[in-house]
Amino acid sequence: MSEAVLQQAVSASKESEFLSFILGEEHYALDITTVKEIRGYEQVTKIANAPSFIKGVINLRGDIVPIVDLRLKFNVGEATYNQFTIVIMLNVHDRIVGIVVDGVSDVIRLSEGDILPPPEFGVSFDSKYLHGLADIDENMVILVNIESLITSNELGLVETKTASVEEE
Amino acid sequence: MTIDVTQFHDVFFEESDEHLQDMEQLLMTLDVDCPDQEQLNSIFRAAHSIKGGSGIFNFDALMNLTHVMENLLDKARNQEIHVTTDIVDVFLQTLDVLKDTLSAYKEKTDLPQAQIDASIKVLEDTLAQASQSSVSGHSDVLECTSDTDNDVIDGFGFFDDDDDYGVINKVSEDDLDIDAEIAGFGFFEPENLPVAPPVKSEEAKSPSQPIVKPVKPKPKAAAKEAASIRVDTTKIDAMVNLVGELVITQSMLSNVGQEVEGQIGERLQLAIDELQRNTREIQESVMSMRMLPINMTFNRFPRVVRDLSTKLGKQVDLVIQGGNTEIDKSLIEKLVDPLTHLVRNSIDHGIETPEKRIASGKPEKGTVILSAEQKGSSIIIGIIDDGAGLDKERILQKASQNGLPLSPDMPDSEIWQLIFQAGFSTAEEVTDVSGRGVGMDVVRRNIESIGGRIEIESSKGEGSAFYIHLPLTLAIVDGMCVSVGQQIFVIPLLNVIESFQPTSSQLKTLGNEQVLWIRDRYWPLVSLTQLMEVDDGVTEPTQGIVVLLESSKKRYGVLVDSLVGQQQVVIKSLEQHYKKVAGIAGATIMGDGKVAMIIDADSVAVNCVTVKNSEVSV
Repeated sequence: MSEAVLQQAVSASKESEFLSFILGEEHYALDITTVKEIRGYEQVTKIANAPSFIKGVINLRGDIVPIVDLRLKFNVGEATYNQFTIVIMLNVHDRIVGIVVDGVSDVIRLSEGDILPPPEFGVSFDSKYLHGLADIDENMVILVNIESLITSNELGLVETKTASVEEE
Repeated sequence: MTIDVTQFHDVFFEESDEHLQDMEQLLMTLDVDCPDQEQLNSIFRAAHSIKGGSGIFNFDALMNLTHVMENLLDKARNQEIHVTTDIVDVFLQTLDVLKDTLSAYKEKTDLPQAQIDASIKVLEDTLAQASQSSVSGHSDVLECTSDTDNDVIDGFGFFDDDDDYGVINKVSEDDLDIDAEIAGFGFFEPENLPVAPPVKSEEAKSPSQPIVKPVKPKPKAAAKEAASIRVDTTKIDAMVNLVGELVITQSMLSNVGQEVEGQIGERLQLAIDELQRNTREIQESVMSMRMLPINMTFNRFPRVVRDLSTKLGKQVDLVIQGGNTEIDKSLIEKLVDPLTHLVRNSIDHGIETPEKRIASGKPEKGTVILSAEQKGSSIIIGIIDDGAGLDKERILQKASQNGLPLSPDMPDSEIWQLIFQAGFSTAEEVTDVSGRGVGMDVVRRNIESIGGRIEIESSKGEGSAFYIHLPLTLAIVDGMCVSVGQQIFVIPLLNVIESFQPTSSQLKTLGNEQVLWIRDRYWPLVSLTQLMEVDDGVTEPTQGIVVLLESSKKRYGVLVDSLVGQQQVVIKSLEQHYKKVAGIAGATIMGDGKVAMIIDADSVAVNCVTVKNSEVSV
């Protein structure tokens, strides 16, 4: 009994906040401490030789910031752009990246115990970018490990220096 | 009086570094046969400032060493001893030890105590020897006393009732030249000096004025100190960014201003014009704050060359060209290591021994040229020697030993690039100067990390040249804005030769590639629409505009939809939040707040060539 209380207390202290957002029909969430700001979609400047999910760059108060459409990357929903399209600006490792999502829903608090391991397969992207799954009001929320996703070679947002070092 | 002096440590370290550099430069330029009194004084003062500071902060090892050095220097400037090349060498060696000691204090690591002791010993021996051998110097006694007199007076105003200087006092007591001890202070310590009663020094100074001739450097030094302040570079960076914002806001404002009509519109336009001029001036002055002459880096090389050539028994002249070329401060620091390596390489591998040189009909003395120039939007630094040149056969041999991919018809420029591979050294024997093969790949990495690249030109028996191309980061560029589809691109004006609308008679095809006939030659034609993957740009050359470009190696035409205008733009890095994009030098923010890409003429040329080559080989 007391042990259970203790455990609850411990897990409660490890509670962290996530920002949940919608891509197509699916609910996702990411660590809120990486979020810089949320803004509407604006016209981007295209970059040559970039994959289609990298929409281009915008001017964020003097910084040239790339915009990634996660709907195209994860192949969910339809990549339409209107005045309701949302861009979440993230600050990961001193880099600013904007991700296009269909909508931002809520800030959710989750303790370690609430986060369930992802299934072995059947998810549209690599499980190394998955932090886990959580059940919120009957909805499955996919917790994205946004740091490893943004810095991954797959997304190609970062110069592949790290990769070449590893190869060496 | 308890003040936490540690807060001044950084300032002290920085200043001492500068003093050491100054000393080194002065020593290098010192004419041994006829030493310039002013130079000797400056060297002395620099040593003295370091000593004073280290005394305050209780850096005893540093103080003791500079103290002995200063004694010797004092004798030298008072012409009690004759400065010889040997003595200069001793000083230079001492400087090295001082540098090590200083960095040991800075990094809080162990002091190189053995070196310090050895160095003190050498200095003391030199002092003893020199004072024995030259007594003749005393004929100049009159001049030198007047000099020291003046020093006393200069110092006293500051020296009174200041507890911090207790340490120095103690040192001074066990030595006869109290007066000289004080001399440097006006120069060194503006920060934590209590206000000195100026009247006293004025009074004291005036009677001695007529006799004093070699006073000149003193006021000069003081003026220099007052004319510069130390500012954290991050503050300047923040300012550069803010000014960039200001420029953008200003051009947004002038866009809006053009829409206002009538009398108010005219008045607004006048005000905006004024604002535009002011912002441009602010921008220019802020930009220039970060720029420093590349001499800051180059000036250390006379020493490197001197030391190395003596050690290797070679005769080398170092020629520095374009030392006033201004370059971003952050690049200056990062250039030191790769440049040192390349210069050492040139002397060790490039320049031959005097015998060999004479045998091959060259002048006995080899020449190494360090040059810098701004060309377009890049700075080119050259390390050029008239030595043996790179040995193509040995490089190829070594490359095949190391299992590097080789093709028989490799152009020279690619062969030379092989030396940048890790573990590559063709030096016949490993010396402590070079030959371990760890160097060149590090050089390349260092240069690439600051966005530069190295080109090598070499011909056997005539010498080799290393050219480092560096971007002018943080620079503003005069650009030609062109539109392609919905997008605006900026082409650096320096690359633009001319622009015109081509007629169909000027267009020829060469195996599916379009070429342009103009100015009595054929030009490759690059379509920006295709290259930059723009959806709705002009593809038919006769409907667009061709801009003729010249990059460092190639000339070509670029097809765009139309010209928008000329404008100064601030280069913003794409790499900060994204990565380098082929053909793009950076981005900028236009008057409407949108991002426009800046074309990198060099990179476009290179890319087009590789694209065509790969197509041919398929």
